[in-house]
Amino acid sequence: MTTEALRPDAILDLPAHEQAKQLRSSAVTSRALTEAALARVRAQETSLNAYITITDTEALEQADAADARLRSGNVAPLTGIPIGVKDLLSTKGVETTAASNMLRGFKPIIDCTVVAKLREAGAVFVGKTNLDEFAMGSSTEHSAYGATHNPWDLERVPGGSSGGSAATVAAGGVALSLGTDTGGSIRQPAALCGIVGLKPTYGRVSRFGVIAFASSLEQVGPFARDAEDAALLLGAIAGVDPQDATSAPVPVPDYTALLFGGLAGLRVGVPREFFVDGMEPGVRDAVEAAIKVFEDNGAIVDRDVTLPSVPAALPVYYIIAPSEASANLARYDGVKYGYRAEAETMWDEMEQSRGRGFGAEVKRRIFLGTYALSAGYYDAYYLKAQKVRTLIRREFAAAFASHDLLLTPCSPNVAFKLGEKVDDPLAMYLNDLCTIPVNIAGNPAMSIPCGFAEGLPVGLQLIGDMFSEPTLLRAAHAYGEITKFQERRPAFFGGHSS
Amino acid sequence: MPLTDDEVRHIARLARVGLSDDEVARAREQLSTILEHFELLNSYDVEGVPPTAQSFDLANVERDDVSRESPDRDTLLANAPRVDGPYVRVRAVLE
Repeated sequence: MTTEALRPDAILDLPAHEQAKQLRSSAVTSRALTEAALARVRAQETSLNAYITITDTEALEQADAADARLRSGNVAPLTGIPIGVKDLLSTKGVETTAASNMLRGFKPIIDCTVVAKLREAGAVFVGKTNLDEFAMGSSTEHSAYGATHNPWDLERVPGGSSGGSAATVAAGGVALSLGTDTGGSIRQPAALCGIVGLKPTYGRVSRFGVIAFASSLEQVGPFARDAEDAALLLGAIAGVDPQDATSAPVPVPDYTALLFGGLAGLRVGVPREFFVDGMEPGVRDAVEAAIKVFEDNGAIVDRDVTLPSVPAALPVYYIIAPSEASANLARYDGVKYGYRAEAETMWDEMEQSRGRGFGAEVKRRIFLGTYALSAGYYDAYYLKAQKVRTLIRREFAAAFASHDLLLTPCSPNVAFKLGEKVDDPLAMYLNDLCTIPVNIAGNPAMSIPCGFAEGLPVGLQLIGDMFSEPTLLRAAHAYGEITKFQERRPAFFGGHSS
Repeated sequence: MPLTDDEVRHIARLARVGLSDDEVARAREQLSTILEHFELLNSYDVEGVPPTAQSFDLANVERDDVSRESPDRDTLLANAPRVDGPYVRVRAVLE
């Protein structure tokens, strides 16, 4: 039997760590792999709308540079690998819109630190992915560039806000992408698209050059189709950054080397507050089955864990995040950059620039934040929320004194229909019930595929102690190897390029 | 607690966001629903609990005071919506 070399299109179907092996053994060039990725991404765009900008020319230049590095042996783990980047991350000279009319045409003069690190590693950037405007939303419908569709069912949302990054990985356009997670914006779309998504510990990854939404909550993190790939990408972006004073001076472990510990002996808690009323039965069944897999493979499961303040996380979040957003978005005045309306006076011009430049959800959050911070309401809303935030943090810290991991559903529901919740802000906010508490506390968490309900993917959320990403990745890797849910792909996957 | 149209207009003014009358009415309705949900917080006792501003306890992060090169003027002006020679053009601040 002869072994035939895989075609670039087939190599694109592999996880990034396998793509890297093929690149290093010269079975494929980065240029061929990148051409395959660009062709597939372009072919899928008419159905998915996962990208705002596709950077063909730059990507092919980066691929050629990566090929030169691969020939010289000066390689990093991600050299030559095609990657998608959420359009909230500044890319030097490449339009960065935050999916807002406010920033249409804006070309940053810097790379954000995360992109600079990946550039240094020789990664190839195929484009800027779609999102809810300024990362505010849970469906990627609040984008000035149109909604992104879920590859499992094109009539449904991919989740959000990082929906474009999740959809392109689930569809096989790229094996890796970057998102940001302020209240669930990596984990919830990962769950709804049936892939792996990781929100790092607050401070683990630099936020420098990431368009700011809620500075005390957000982190950049990886989307991938398995834990090993998530480990690879997290390792490449993590670490302290002198440009971000909130980045943590904590050493970055070798995540890949720590993947292989298995599930035996892990002390796992199942906090009951996350199994909320109104949770879909199919989601509950899949999550319960996943907990059983942990138990059957030697994890010690404790069902008596309680985090009584977790139900307060949603109002805490919708006070703190909009308050921070109202301050962060004050910079968009139509003067130095961004959309500018034409009016007679300075104040009219500013109000009209902001009134027309921002979409409905962004304005809603600016108003919520402005209200919560305004005279007479500060103590009742903002200060109170910050105090309840302390209660939530304390309860997580107490839970991790005697557990290595908490397991919960990632989203109370599977992917919903486009248009179903877009005009009902509160119903949309309730999507993030299970993910928001983790941002409030600052802990790391992942969503990993754990089965299906009515043919749509369900995500299991793993929450870890501060800076315990190795434990999360180890558990995710073991669970993935046992269940193989990560190998299930939508009918839409790949194949759409000629 | 339901908001009034005037309160919504006041908030919009503070935030410097122009709103049409339609938008005011919709914002009043939606914001009132969300604020109602916030009342859940009243059932939590926070007597003596300090506030959390961020979750990783770093304080007074300092860097060495060294000068760095700034981006050049043309690069910075390239993103400005209205430019006049080497300046950003704005409406008169003082009448």
